[in-house]
Amino acid sequence: MKNMMTKLATASLITGAMLMPTVNAADYVIDNKGAHASINFKIKHLGYSWLTGRFDKFGGNFSYDPANVSASKIEVNIDTSSVNSNHAERDKHLRGDDFLDVNTFANAKFVSTSITEKAGGKLAVSGVLTLHGVSKNIVIDAETIGEGKDPWGGYRAGFSGTTSIALTDYAIKMNLGPASTHVQLELHIEGKKQ
Amino acid sequence: MYNTRIHYGYISIFFHWLAAATIIALFALGYYMVDLTYYHQWYKTAPELHKSIGFLLFILMIVRVVWRHKQLTPEHLTSHSSLERKMGKLTHSVLYLLIFLIMITGYLISTADDRGIEVFELFTVPGFGSFIENQEDVAGLIHQWLAYTLILLASLHAIAALKHHFIDKDNTLNRMIGRRQKNLNQAKDKMENT
Repeated sequence: MKNMMTKLATASLITGAMLMPTVNAADYVIDNKGAHASINFKIKHLGYSWLTGRFDKFGGNFSYDPANVSASKIEVNIDTSSVNSNHAERDKHLRGDDFLDVNTFANAKFVSTSITEKAGGKLAVSGVLTLHGVSKNIVIDAETIGEGKDPWGGYRAGFSGTTSIALTDYAIKMNLGPASTHVQLELHIEGKKQ
Repeated sequence: MYNTRIHYGYISIFFHWLAAATIIALFALGYYMVDLTYYHQWYKTAPELHKSIGFLLFILMIVRVVWRHKQLTPEHLTSHSSLERKMGKLTHSVLYLLIFLIMITGYLISTADDRGIEVFELFTVPGFGSFIENQEDVAGLIHQWLAYTLILLASLHAIAALKHHFIDKDNTLNRMIGRRQKNLNQAKDKMENT
């Protein structure tokens, strides 16, 4: 009986993995269906203000155990063509080969390599960010926001994280000026326990 | 001033060359502006000019089409073969079609986010948002390739005119630069003009 249960569980996991390729055997799936997650970016405009935007389409999963944070993992996949800065002409430019070149590099990806706990509930999420065909190690400064039961029978956990990347590190050739060499990424992630 | 069965009137001639000059200028400007660096003096101005002039061309083309339909179309020269007539007619129709399609797709790029198109900061052509997903990218690609096609076809159109002028030594080009034919046609022309 137990054997059969395992088989069933394995089968459903495999089926699940086929249906949703971003889902591994992770504990949480990022709630993009309910849009309780967002991947935002901001970059200085001429050094005078912040220009913000986001990626509308992404998915991912993470495993998280507050008792054993270092065993946690996260993987996020981003559809780069879903970049949205609330300006069609600019978005077209961002998708073009001056920036994201989404025809060639349709996806960006972050896969954690190690997660360490820091003072005050902060987390340092190290991992590889693949963007514009370049894979580089980055560290996301993250924090837990909260976790617990939702009112509809599920269980959720949420985090926020920020990191800063240099455009040139990712071979993005457009020069936006001396104040705009780096873009800040902000992730707000809510996961639904599987 | 008006078209006759033999000659193009000066108004038709004026529309033809104004449209030709505007289209070549818009193509050059469009080709130039997409590769400008961010801090270039023309980075903002060139697209604004491109859109403003593009809208004026749209008005010109509407007036031109209306004018064309209200006017006699000069007959084919008797020296033109039936293949030349067919090719000429087809080229003219496709040129008109391309010009309008390029203007429409240009409009669809800039208005994909509901923003209107400002014409010389005088007034704004309203936008109606997106009709398809990633409209600015799809419209942009079509806009670009149809523009290349138009320039190619217009070059063919010009080469054909030069061939008629210098090799066939007929009046095809003379008619479009307003040079009147010195012979009996003049009398015929006068009669029709009155």
